[in-house]
Amino acid sequence: MIFNVARTALIALKRDRGAMVLSFVLPLAFFSIFAVIFGGQHDSTPRVTLIVVDQDKSEASESLVRALEQDGSLWVHRSPVTNKGVRSGPDYTAATAEAAVKAGDAPVALIIPQGFGQHPIAFGPDSGGSTLELLNDQSDAIAPQIVVGLLQKAAMTSMPSAMEAEGMKYADEYVGGFTPAQKAKVDEGLDALRKEEADRKAGSGSSGDGSSENAGAGIVAVNVRAVVGENKKSPMISFYAAAIGVMFLMFTASGSAGALLDEAESGTLERVLSTRVTMTKLLAGKLVFNTVLAFVQLVAMFLWGWAVFKLDFFSHLPGFAVMGLCTAFAVAAFGMLLASLCHTRAQLGALSTLVILIMSSVGGSMFPRFLMPESMQKAGLLTINAWAIDGFEKVFWRDLPVTALWPQVAVLLGIGVVLFVVARRVARRWEYA
Amino acid sequence: MAAMMASGQKLGTETALEVDGLVKRFGDLTAVDGVSLTVRAGECLGLLGPNGAGKSTLIRAMVGRVIEDSGRVMVMGQAAGSTAARMALGWVPQELSIYPRISCRENLGSFGRYYGLKGQALKEAISWCINWAALEEKQDEVAKTLSGGMKRRLNMAAGMLHRPKVVLFDEPTVGVDPQSRNRIFEMIEALRDAGTAIVYTTHYMEEAERLCDRIAIIDHGRIIAEGTKEELVEGTFGRRSQVLARLAGEKEAIEAWAKRHGGRVTEETVEFTIEQAGEIAPLLDDAKKAGLELVDLSLRRPNLESVFLHLTGRELRD
Repeated sequence: MIFNVARTALIALKRDRGAMVLSFVLPLAFFSIFAVIFGGQHDSTPRVTLIVVDQDKSEASESLVRALEQDGSLWVHRSPVTNKGVRSGPDYTAATAEAAVKAGDAPVALIIPQGFGQHPIAFGPDSGGSTLELLNDQSDAIAPQIVVGLLQKAAMTSMPSAMEAEGMKYADEYVGGFTPAQKAKVDEGLDALRKEEADRKAGSGSSGDGSSENAGAGIVAVNVRAVVGENKKSPMISFYAAAIGVMFLMFTASGSAGALLDEAESGTLERVLSTRVTMTKLLAGKLVFNTVLAFVQLVAMFLWGWAVFKLDFFSHLPGFAVMGLCTAFAVAAFGMLLASLCHTRAQLGALSTLVILIMSSVGGSMFPRFLMPESMQKAGLLTINAWAIDGFEKVFWRDLPVTALWPQVAVLLGIGVVLFVVARRVARRWEYA
Repeated sequence: MAAMMASGQKLGTETALEVDGLVKRFGDLTAVDGVSLTVRAGECLGLLGPNGAGKSTLIRAMVGRVIEDSGRVMVMGQAAGSTAARMALGWVPQELSIYPRISCRENLGSFGRYYGLKGQALKEAISWCINWAALEEKQDEVAKTLSGGMKRRLNMAAGMLHRPKVVLFDEPTVGVDPQSRNRIFEMIEALRDAGTAIVYTTHYMEEAERLCDRIAIIDHGRIIAEGTKEELVEGTFGRRSQVLARLAGEKEAIEAWAKRHGGRVTEETVEFTIEQAGEIAPLLDDAKKAGLELVDLSLRRPNLESVFLHLTGRELRD
């Protein structure tokens, strides 16, 4: 009898494609996405984009920048570049570098001040060495730490002569002075190091492999300064309000659009279409409702963030309204398309769960996209989540004006229009027999 | 409207609905095969047919929801599906095509707006429909909480808001208790008496006999008979009567006996058509000779059910 019950359940499962998809396809899809992001299947741990402004133009600063450029963990940009890596403007200055970090072009910018080459190494706080300035965006807590560490490594490997000279200076000062013979020996060693550095610049020497484990102890002094989010009380609240909000908006929108399937099943849809209401008007009406519903949901979410988590909502109202409406429109159209593609509520439930969870994981609703490999970050641009989150981040994190939202607005509205047009075409099956 | 309803039946001469040579195919299946029909103002046409006969496709073509392969459907002189035809036509589908989570009044308001009504005209239309469907006491209740009969009445009322001149009722009494069914008959009779042209499909012969002025029987996509009840019976059976005999005995012997006398074996009875009462005695003599024992015998004038069975070979409720 137990076997018979199990057998019946198996037959029912085989008939239920939605349940099959949720049982097997969804876990595999999720496993693959997480494996790609965190499993190191591709050796490309995300590179940190670093803007470098070399105000010193000395041999030491040049060596340091070159060592950073040769490090596989960084994309070093001395000037703005296009997506294809082509230079698209003059070298960054301290001001343009700060503006670029504020605009989200890079999470960190390194300013090498004038005079760095004379005292590049800093053994201790009162050493008198030059201080590098690192401008960062607080939303990415990892990038500045990586850059600080790599700076120490680069200093060790790219400026051995400066390090030895500085070390000898301290030894000379605190040990009581070198004898002429010792001084000659030290100078000889320094000359050899300088020659090696010169050879390396001329040839193809690699900077990375000889780094010391203790490089992070502070060989070069770095002052890290946040230029974005420095006054934010709760750095990640706006990110999660947008990220989680968009994901649940999509679930709500697909569920709400599913009313279309209920109406088709009960015959109400056909009856409505026998009145003066056409299919286009019907779908447009539902799109308007679902857009308003999604927008109200976003308002509720951000108000909650304001009331409970001190999210600075009311000073960002114009940007929120623009991003909220565009996101709500795209999400509503997405729900309409899913509903029109399905024949039953059960199908819609399975399909929407699959698509929304995958889009949310790739698009940054579950964890920030800067943690993902580059290919995954690019794939994320195919999702509504990524564009919506980027837009809200511009508003709440970077305090950018509404005009700076045009790429996100254009893409979200474009997605909404395209999805709605496709949904309308698919819905033709309900129109006439 | 109330004044019109009180004025008694008005059978007009105006053709309200016209189906002319309609053909609709779905792949290899011809669902409607050259159907022609007319319904006049104030007339109720019953559309009877077994399941799968093409009734639903024909009804949907009248609504304008079918792209016909040939032929045409005109509602008040306008092509079915056109805005003018939609505004002249009311459709009450067999399914409960209402919004279950909103109240009766809200349902009617929604459908009224779909027909382009607003303001005072909408209010009046809603009030008339609530009154017509006797839903005054339940007008603010959510539709899904209503009894089966009330839901049916609301389903009917939702098709009346724009005061259509032609109304299609597709089995409006399915699953309804006898008391509610009577109420529904009264609603339809009131409409018909007010001059509305009605097409009524049903599986219940007594409903067709009570409500319909004319009846069309459809089978395999074709109209196989059309006329008043009397015309159909006369045309099918002439002045003959039916003998229904129930016998005990071997099945083969019963079938052989029926075949010898041109009878038809149904589940429990054998039916014969006779012109004179004197034909009964030879039938019974032959049954006795065949070793069959007579259990029950009745004589009746053929009715609509008999006509339907005779023409389609199936019971109406099959």
